[in-house]
Amino acid sequence: MTWALDHLDQIFTLAGQHAWLAGLPLLIGLVISVPLGWLATRKAWLRTGLLTVTGLLYTIPSLALFILLPPLLGTKVLDPANVIIAMSIYTIALLTRTVADGLSAVDTSTRQAAVAMGYSTFGRFRAVDLPLAIPVVAAGLRVAAVSNVSIVSVASLIGISQLGYFLTDGYARSFPTEVWVGIVACLLLALVFDLVIQLLARVLTPWTRVAA
Amino acid sequence: MIRFEGVTKKYGDGSGGESIAVNNFSLEAPTGRITVLVGPSGCGKTTTLRMVNRMIDPTSGVITIDDRNTADLPLAELRRGIGYVIQHAGLFPHRTVLDNVTTVPRLLGTDKKTARLRAMELIERVGLDPDLAKRYPAQLSGGQQQRVGVARALAADPPVMLMDEPFSAVDPVVREQLQNEFLRLQSELGKTILFVTHDIDEAVKLGDQVAVLRVGGTLAQLATPAQLLADPVDDFVAGFVGRDRGYRALQFAEAPELELTNEPTVTIGTSASEVRAVGQPWVLCVGDDGEPMGWVRAGAVSGEVTRDLLQRGGTVASTAGSLRALLDAALSSPSGRGVVADADGRFAGTIRASEVVPVIEARQQSVAEREDAAASALQGEATPA
Amino acid sequence: MITFATVWAWFTDPANWQGADGVPTRMLEHLKFTGITLAIALVIAVPIGAWVGHSGRMRWLVTGANAARAIPTLGLLFAVSMLVSPLFTSSLAFTVPSIAVLVLLAIPPLLSGTYSGIESVDPAARDAARGMGMSDWEVLTRVELPCAMPLFLSGLRSATLQVIATATIAASISLGGLGRYLIDGLASQDYVQMVAGSILVALLALVADLVLALLERFAVSPGISGRGQGVARRRRLRFGRGGDAAASVKNSTDAPLGADPA
Repeated sequence: MTWALDHLDQIFTLAGQHAWLAGLPLLIGLVISVPLGWLATRKAWLRTGLLTVTGLLYTIPSLALFILLPPLLGTKVLDPANVIIAMSIYTIALLTRTVADGLSAVDTSTRQAAVAMGYSTFGRFRAVDLPLAIPVVAAGLRVAAVSNVSIVSVASLIGISQLGYFLTDGYARSFPTEVWVGIVACLLLALVFDLVIQLLARVLTPWTRVAA
Repeated sequence: MIRFEGVTKKYGDGSGGESIAVNNFSLEAPTGRITVLVGPSGCGKTTTLRMVNRMIDPTSGVITIDDRNTADLPLAELRRGIGYVIQHAGLFPHRTVLDNVTTVPRLLGTDKKTARLRAMELIERVGLDPDLAKRYPAQLSGGQQQRVGVARALAADPPVMLMDEPFSAVDPVVREQLQNEFLRLQSELGKTILFVTHDIDEAVKLGDQVAVLRVGGTLAQLATPAQLLADPVDDFVAGFVGRDRGYRALQFAEAPELELTNEPTVTIGTSASEVRAVGQPWVLCVGDDGEPMGWVRAGAVSGEVTRDLLQRGGTVASTAGSLRALLDAALSSPSGRGVVADADGRFAGTIRASEVVPVIEARQQSVAEREDAAASALQGEATPA
Repeated sequence: MITFATVWAWFTDPANWQGADGVPTRMLEHLKFTGITLAIALVIAVPIGAWVGHSGRMRWLVTGANAARAIPTLGLLFAVSMLVSPLFTSSLAFTVPSIAVLVLLAIPPLLSGTYSGIESVDPAARDAARGMGMSDWEVLTRVELPCAMPLFLSGLRSATLQVIATATIAASISLGGLGRYLIDGLASQDYVQMVAGSILVALLALVADLVLALLERFAVSPGISGRGQGVARRRRLRFGRGGDAAASVKNSTDAPLGADPA
């Protein structure tokens, strides 16, 4: 406890870096997987193709991906961009399926009503399908957020600075307190992400709160 | 025979209070007959049914099957001796139609070959194409799935069947088919059947006796379908039984021997001059085997009678049919003369509504006596042997 | 500088295919750890998941296990290792904590896969099974488990990937396996070895996933998987009414690769 209080500055700095490395990929992933998920609902073969490719990307273990990206992208091993890109790949892999599922789950009669009212394909997607898919997409985003926070800490093995530093450093110095501080900090950060996403989803879907 | 004696089922509501699903319910479902439990949602009809095979245990009271207390029988033995059909069929999605049907015989230790032979027989018996045997449930329509559900319940040849809204989840046309085939099957098999439905028309059509339940799980009326329509015991039953009771009740009144009017008939290809020679505005057209095909308006025939000219709106009553069928044939006929066919489907004659109505009125005078006789006959069978 | 040529040179160097640090040895080690872990985790998770799904009691076990997934794997690895290692001498000091953590990580997906598989069984089918006199055990083994296969297998795939990935990281607490190339390469600044190791790990994960996808073909009844004459389309229509969004998220998050990668 005292150790944690003595290192508050460092904890906040690393937590900030951790949040950046785990959070930015959530945004990138969301922006990319919404159109991909939409494409997946258009044609069966597109769905199979997209979900297979993103699924295969998801199987690559994180440490391996962190190491494989620099030679592929021409970046330096210590460049945080590798982590951002790797995490974005995982987020896209997770969310593309979720977005596709969420869009397909929109009530058929609702969708047909929208078509009958004369919405264009894109207009309907933006005005009807996407908002109605928000709860499902948000659920997927929460899973991705928690998973990202955990995986980012692995990057400390290759020397990327974030909360995982406490884990590797504590282990190297045989100092359990530091490891526990790292774990708790990661959990708290995951919790913050989770709450923020839930709150955003709530604000964006006022109609889901009327039922009560 | 299934007998309920003072059966009550209470549920705790979690806060110390309790709600009563079935209240002091007594009923006898006679052997070889269909007893229908009908009522609005919340009347405890499904709970009542499920207490028979102890899917739900009663809070108090006794249920016996052929005078054996169900509570004393080993659960597996009890259930394997009862066919159970439910609303969404509940087929096992991972098994083919054939393997679904052989489930209970296999549980009872019948060898695979025997069980399969019997299953194939049943699959055909419930009106399914034998080619469907190798399919999986997901490849079947709702009606087909329900037929498999019935075949599966019949597989071990149980004397008793419990059916919980088995035809509710299919469309009206298929439902009617399933109901008719169910009645045909029952006339061959003579099972003791307890049948739950929320549809009073289905209850009246299928039941040898109908038990109307009211919310709170009490028996409002137990009667034959005809009695129920003719004499609802109170406002609740009257309201539940619904409109057009008088007309619908006629379906249980067998048509007596009536004087039918013979009718000159024509066939497809009869010339216009011959049609006009009959001297009536509407002329009946029959087929090669003498079966009624439809009415032709004499004035519309130019050249000869063609299929396009047939007016097919009229229903055809059977000589062995009900007063309702006779009346309906008369009312729906464009000529005002109802077409009646004999047991082989051949045209037998026509009858006017004005001829049916006196029969109905005469019948009403003796209806009370006849209903009493029917009721005591049913009770006579119901007494323990 | 890492180029295709340098990596190729590493893979074609016979020295890398021999001895205790050779690819076959490391690969076998990795497979051994993965196999042992999955075996232990299956023995623990499947009965519990089946029981919770069948009885509907103690669902918090599944919720709790899922929530525990938020614990960073690296932290869990180090913490358990520091707690458990002193209790053992010899090489067990590294193997036991690693396997323990791997088992802990494999349990949640297996548990929730088994549980949600059984929980998603059509209530009508379960009702019919009981109604025809099946015992609890018969309902479980003849109806619920076969119907739970698809979700159970996607849980197994998820668990397998998790274990392969974390076994790699466990090299940092001196576990053998392919992770050694990554961790040792890092220590000796041998980037070529790191990249080669990463390629091997990625390949192992992909192959394992494909094998499990093939397993799905054999283990799941065509009546459920929807292979063959238009079953899938019908099934989707029929179950469409119950197919709420939450359920589909549950599946997709349990195993992002839950569907057919073939």
